[in-house]
Amino acid sequence: MLKTIGDYFILIGQTFQRPPKFSIFRRQLMHEFYNLGVSSFGIVSILSVFVGAVAAILVAYNTDNPMFPEELIGFSTRQMVILEFSPTIISIILAGKLGSQIASELGTMRVTQQIDALQVMGINTANYLILPKIIACLLFMPVLIVFSIALGLIGGWAACLLTNIITPYNYILGLRSWFDPFSVYFALIKTEVFAFLISSIAGFIGYNVKGGSVEVGKASTKGVVHSSILIIIFDLILTQTLLT
Amino acid sequence: MITVKNISKSFGDKLVLDDISLSFRRGMTNLVIGESGSGKTVLMKICTGLVEPDAGEVLFNDIRFSNRSEDIRVDIRKDMGVLFQGGALFDSMNVEQNVMFPLNMFTNMSYKEKLERVNFCLNRVNLNNINKLMTNELSGGMMKRVAIARAIANSPKYLFCDEPNSGLDPVTSEIIDALILEITEEYNITTVINTHDMNSVMMIGQSINFLYKGQLWWQGNSSNILHTDNEELNNFIFSTELTKRLKNNK
Ligand SMILES: Nc1ncnc2c1ncn2[C@@H]1O[C@H](COP(=O)(O)OP(=O)(O)OP(=O)(O)O)[C@@H](O)[C@H]1O
Ligand SMILES: [Mg+2]
Repeated sequence: MLKTIGDYFILIGQTFQRPPKFSIFRRQLMHEFYNLGVSSFGIVSILSVFVGAVAAILVAYNTDNPMFPEELIGFSTRQMVILEFSPTIISIILAGKLGSQIASELGTMRVTQQIDALQVMGINTANYLILPKIIACLLFMPVLIVFSIALGLIGGWAACLLTNIITPYNYILGLRSWFDPFSVYFALIKTEVFAFLISSIAGFIGYNVKGGSVEVGKASTKGVVHSSILIIIFDLILTQTLLT
Repeated sequence: MITVKNISKSFGDKLVLDDISLSFRRGMTNLVIGESGSGKTVLMKICTGLVEPDAGEVLFNDIRFSNRSEDIRVDIRKDMGVLFQGGALFDSMNVEQNVMFPLNMFTNMSYKEKLERVNFCLNRVNLNNINKLMTNELSGGMMKRVAIARAIANSPKYLFCDEPNSGLDPVTSEIIDALILEITEEYNITTVINTHDMNSVMMIGQSINFLYKGQLWWQGNSSNILHTDNEELNNFIFSTELTKRLKNNK
């Protein structure tokens, strides 16, 4: 266990070095943007709209009492979506998608000796293979999460429109009340931490696969499980330290 | 020239290489033969720096390579071409990008120059007009040849081939053997070939090292290998029904 953590930090050290040829790094990065980032818009859109709608309905159900002002529904939905649903739930979903993608891609390269082939050419394989993936995740995931927040709030609005729990006008009024920009920063900080966890852990696991195709499958599962667990743990740590 | 000095390597308590010393000469095809599990691949991995030896060292033209930092090794690695047992082509790239890869990484050639070199190397391995195919669209023999083209793209001084013709039909494997021999002599490369194919041994065995149970058991070449009275080597050479019958008829 301790050795694994040590190995992880050694690999991170090898990864974060200046790429020898910037033009090649830029090409790799563009590829990963598409491969990891753009291809995730679909799943993120669908989930965000539905989660936002469910959040609005849940809040409405729990505050169905004349004592609460109607704006509370828009307000609470916004807070839930910004503080937890988009950054954490969507990140866990992305851990499933990106984590398995990264771990299985690197694992396959390892067992088919493609990584060895790079190494004998004198290439810093961690830097060449993992760095573009981490940077792509760090740059792209905030975009996905902001997009997800927007869609989540639209999902809540759609729920109001379709179920008339409250009028869409009151929902929007609620969205706009008591807004503290820090909640968005908080969401973005969490996203960056999660993006790093997903890409580096899945990268570490995939890079160190030993054996054959069965191990690649296991590594891909392990990449998802480990990064999801760490996301939850860091969610707690960050919420505790940043919000209180 | 590559010098292997007193190399030993164990995995757990299994001694795989036991005090191996030999040298691979320039402009020649140097073969390492031995049955499956005799340590050929491990020896090649030690020579290419993918595995570190427990004892001993490997020298490239008298410069020590084993157990050194990657910064120092890089200079030697730039002169190294390796053909892996499974080809190890990059499956996210097409044929042209695979062969061009070492040129992209280590030279400042223009795209036009690189393309010329790629086409030259592909032509050299008798592959034409397949530049845009992806690696999964190639046959096993074509993959091996693309891998050879990639290995020679950056004009290596040292070429390592791990079982270049395993899994290929006799005709294709002869073509590949002939190709490796030709390239070796033409460019004066130090070529190391792992094989257990007797046909290759006879065709390109300019220098032969026989590994047996982790030890260097016999050294020679294709003209004296059939006349040896070394028992283990004879068992290895005449292991198939075909060769046994040929020998008894002789
Ligand atoms: N990474 C490793 N960990 C443990 N044992 C290993 C490792 N690599 C090789 N070995 C062992 O070393 C021995 C020699 O293996 P090696 O791959 O060198 O054989 P080989 O001569 O190349 O065989 P083949 O002709 O089948 O390719 C085998 O018994 C193998 O089990
Ligand atoms: Mg082998």
